[in-house]
Amino acid sequence: MTATGTSTGTEPLPFPGLREVPGTDTAQTRKDFTSDQEVRWCPGCGDYAVLAAVQGFLPELGLRRENIVFISGIGCSSRFPYYLDTFGMHSIHGRAPAIATGLATSREDLSVWVVTGDGDALSIGGNHLIHALRRNVNMTILLFNNRIYGLTKGQYSPTSEPGKVTKSTPMGSLDNPFNPVSLALGAEATFVARTVDSDRKHLTEVLRAAAAHRGTSLVEIYQNCPIFNDGAFDSVKDNDTRDDAIIPLRHGEPIRFGREGRLGVVRDPATGALRIAEDPADADVLTHDAHAADPSTAFALSRLTDSGVLAHAPVGIFRQVEAATYDDSARDQVHVASQGTGDRREALAGLLSSGDTWTVV
Amino acid sequence: MAKQVQQLDRVIIRFAGDSGDGMQLTGDRFTQETASFGNDLSTLPNFPAEIRAPQGTLPGVSSFQVHLADHDILTPGDAPDVLVAMNPAALKANLGDLRRGATVIVDSHDFTRRNLSKAGYADSPLEDDSLDGYDVHPLELTDMTVEAVKEFGLSRKDASRAKNMFALGLLSWMYGRPTESTIAFLERRFASAPSIRDANVEAFRAGWNFGETTEAFSVQYEIKPAPMAPGTYRNITGNLALAYGLIAGSTQSGLPLFLGSYPITPASDILHELSKHKRFGVTTFQAEDEIAGIGAALGAAFGGALGVTTTSGPGLALKSETIGLAVMTELPLLVVDVQRGGPSTGLPTKTEQADLLQAMFGRNGEAPVPIIAPKSPADCFDAAIEATRIAVTYRTPVMLLSDGYLANGSEPWHIPEVADLPVIDPAFATTPNHESAKGDPEFWPYLRDEQTLARPWARPGTAGLEHRIGGLEKGEGHGNISYDPANHDHMVRTRAEKVARIARDIPPTEVDDPLDEQGRGASVLVLGWGSTYGPIGAAVRQVRSAGHPVAQAHLRHLNPFPDDLGDVLRRYDTVMVPEMNLGQLSMLLRARFLVDVVGYNQVRGLPLRAAELAEAITKEITR
Ligand code: SF4
Repeated sequence: MTATGTSTGTEPLPFPGLREVPGTDTAQTRKDFTSDQEVRWCPGCGDYAVLAAVQGFLPELGLRRENIVFISGIGCSSRFPYYLDTFGMHSIHGRAPAIATGLATSREDLSVWVVTGDGDALSIGGNHLIHALRRNVNMTILLFNNRIYGLTKGQYSPTSEPGKVTKSTPMGSLDNPFNPVSLALGAEATFVARTVDSDRKHLTEVLRAAAAHRGTSLVEIYQNCPIFNDGAFDSVKDNDTRDDAIIPLRHGEPIRFGREGRLGVVRDPATGALRIAEDPADADVLTHDAHAADPSTAFALSRLTDSGVLAHAPVGIFRQVEAATYDDSARDQVHVASQGTGDRREALAGLLSSGDTWTVV
Repeated sequence: MAKQVQQLDRVIIRFAGDSGDGMQLTGDRFTQETASFGNDLSTLPNFPAEIRAPQGTLPGVSSFQVHLADHDILTPGDAPDVLVAMNPAALKANLGDLRRGATVIVDSHDFTRRNLSKAGYADSPLEDDSLDGYDVHPLELTDMTVEAVKEFGLSRKDASRAKNMFALGLLSWMYGRPTESTIAFLERRFASAPSIRDANVEAFRAGWNFGETTEAFSVQYEIKPAPMAPGTYRNITGNLALAYGLIAGSTQSGLPLFLGSYPITPASDILHELSKHKRFGVTTFQAEDEIAGIGAALGAAFGGALGVTTTSGPGLALKSETIGLAVMTELPLLVVDVQRGGPSTGLPTKTEQADLLQAMFGRNGEAPVPIIAPKSPADCFDAAIEATRIAVTYRTPVMLLSDGYLANGSEPWHIPEVADLPVIDPAFATTPNHESAKGDPEFWPYLRDEQTLARPWARPGTAGLEHRIGGLEKGEGHGNISYDPANHDHMVRTRAEKVARIARDIPPTEVDDPLDEQGRGASVLVLGWGSTYGPIGAAVRQVRSAGHPVAQAHLRHLNPFPDDLGDVLRRYDTVMVPEMNLGQLSMLLRARFLVDVVGYNQVRGLPLRAAELAEAITKEITR
């Protein structure tokens, strides 16, 4: 059984997100996507599981391998591209969404993926992340959230619970954490999901839907860092606790969970706020609508995530709506403007001698 | 009344007024008329950073200077012969720059007590002796304009707005400028507001007619067209020429142009211009910040586009980490820095050349970047193509250093034939370039061209060439992460050598030495770079015409320098380096060639003054 039980409830195929990416008839296996580089994460790191899931899932897309590009920033998870035998760029801290924006806008024939972490995406690169989301550039962002800085050896991160004691905060951290899903929904991202590193099936389902989405897909992956923040997500992983901890989101289904389904998300009729209720009447349980144009309910669902030590977290696809993408629109403008340009050099000659000219004989 | 016509070989005119008075437009129109008449010309717009500083105050003064001549000229000129001042502040802010005896035309309407005090005048300069020594013409420009356009039913305020066109009409008459292009321009510009259009055209005509009939001006001047090589010309600013050069670089390389940029003065006009030319396959991306601008450009370059980012000094500082990534990943990228006064926000609308060392060294680690600098507004076109050529050929970011003076200043441009432009071959990698131990074909992203040391540029989408690049040090050849000490040493030296080898591919230093033919050479060489070309050239001419031989050379390539530069410097007793900074090229030359140089340095936010520089050169020669 998977932590989230059934499917994410959205249609996985076809892949309009990858409409212009050339496919292949050659059967692919996970081996085709495995580079010859030795993987160098710590033993037990959650990144291994995500890498395995991605390598296992990519063949399913049936794309030409050379048309897939992974771009990462800096951090443990950002080593990801080196381990995949596709095109890749391990860039600089926080900037991967900006670099991917340029690539995705100039090349419609590529499947563009961004690999980032909580520090990379939400701290140093926060600006690029929100702007990529608001522009809705066609790419999939995998945000590995381990709620800690791993590569720099254990400082608190922008998703760490308040009061976190680390090397840089011996008396406890002072700042409120970001909730990546709330942040993404605040930026009106068109695809926002959350999944867990150890749940291969759910992770794969979410990736499938994210790749299928045309626009920016943000997937927050709860990722355990056994070295510096072990157990941060135990509540959503342990057999004893996970049924009560995970609030499963499946489009079109009532949000009921817990042992024997004794818990459910209900809307307070007076305030409109969402809360978790025990043994709610069926009629009161909120039915998840990932396709709602207005992100308010998805946002309210995201607020059911604990900001401190995790006891509850919604998992699944919060939002999946269709909207114009920046890159499609930018290419359209170039396409429309190019109509009738004809020979570029002739057009250039015309441009250079436009305006007020005079001739000396 | 028949007017006397007097011949002049050149004149410098400055239009000055409040930021809202339309002085830039007025100057621009006068320039276009002058260009189409066939004079050589050079312009210097000068405006405050504030969009509308408080009206009537000194900080709100905006001006436009144009130098026109019947011969080839190099600068907008040091000291105006004519000042048109629309208010007391414009008079006060500009008077000190005029040559003695200059003509001063003022709108006396604005010389009210209130405006005088805003400009800091206790008494009207028109009524005391402070303008003695100038040829002053107080005219009721506002009143005459309002009177001339009254039939169009505009409010007095709207009507008086056309006074800049009255002034333009008057000056156009004084210097015998052709008027058709301005009338056509006004008709286009105000096509949607007929009464404003008619008022502007009428004010322009009225200004002309006033000149013809008034007794205030008894002389009309004639400046014959300058001899120019046969061909088609247009007047062009540096930013426009640079934008065109980038489009040409794209067309000539067959690479789609991708501009990632964040608005910043004085570079934004390049973004504006390029965004008009999507029909050339140009994509313009207005990013969320400077870092995203260059990041997106680099991402596009990875995808096989001509990646460009445009900025000014503060933006360049923000981009430095990404430039380092481009150095490490060895991808072609153009970084255009339109320099302005610094440090920090500095003087956003004024010019300076103080980013040379930032361009050269402003990154962590050993991160060499080729640097190109245009020497005049029109030269921005060729410099942009040259920067493209180097970036694409050597797979490297290239810094293109323009500046605020080049950006907004203009000059006639001999429009080139597209067939004469260089063709740039991106030479993308298409097939594997190596064999694995097992004998399978594979792709090594850091296997270099033996001549240029450039690595292959393999676009995503090319089967068999999948590879990973990034900011971590890579092993020579195979391109996998390498922390090996010897490899790092090798890679650092190789990246430096790759940039150094560009010198094999650039022309030798061109020295203009009047004594060369006599086989002995002058004793002083004046060496410049970038936009100081004009003032240096003008100063050198002045020095020579006073009978002192002096040699001149100008650098377009700042990194690497031309191979012969050291020898050239050593041939002269004195090398003088004028710069709009505190000696940045001087420092590079001393460090590189162990040759002392004499700096001539000004950081006033304005181009160097030729006359002052000529004096300094003469002092060096006669020392
Ligand atoms: S430090 Fe943590 S996140 Fe980084 S590789 Fe090790 S276990 Fe993974």
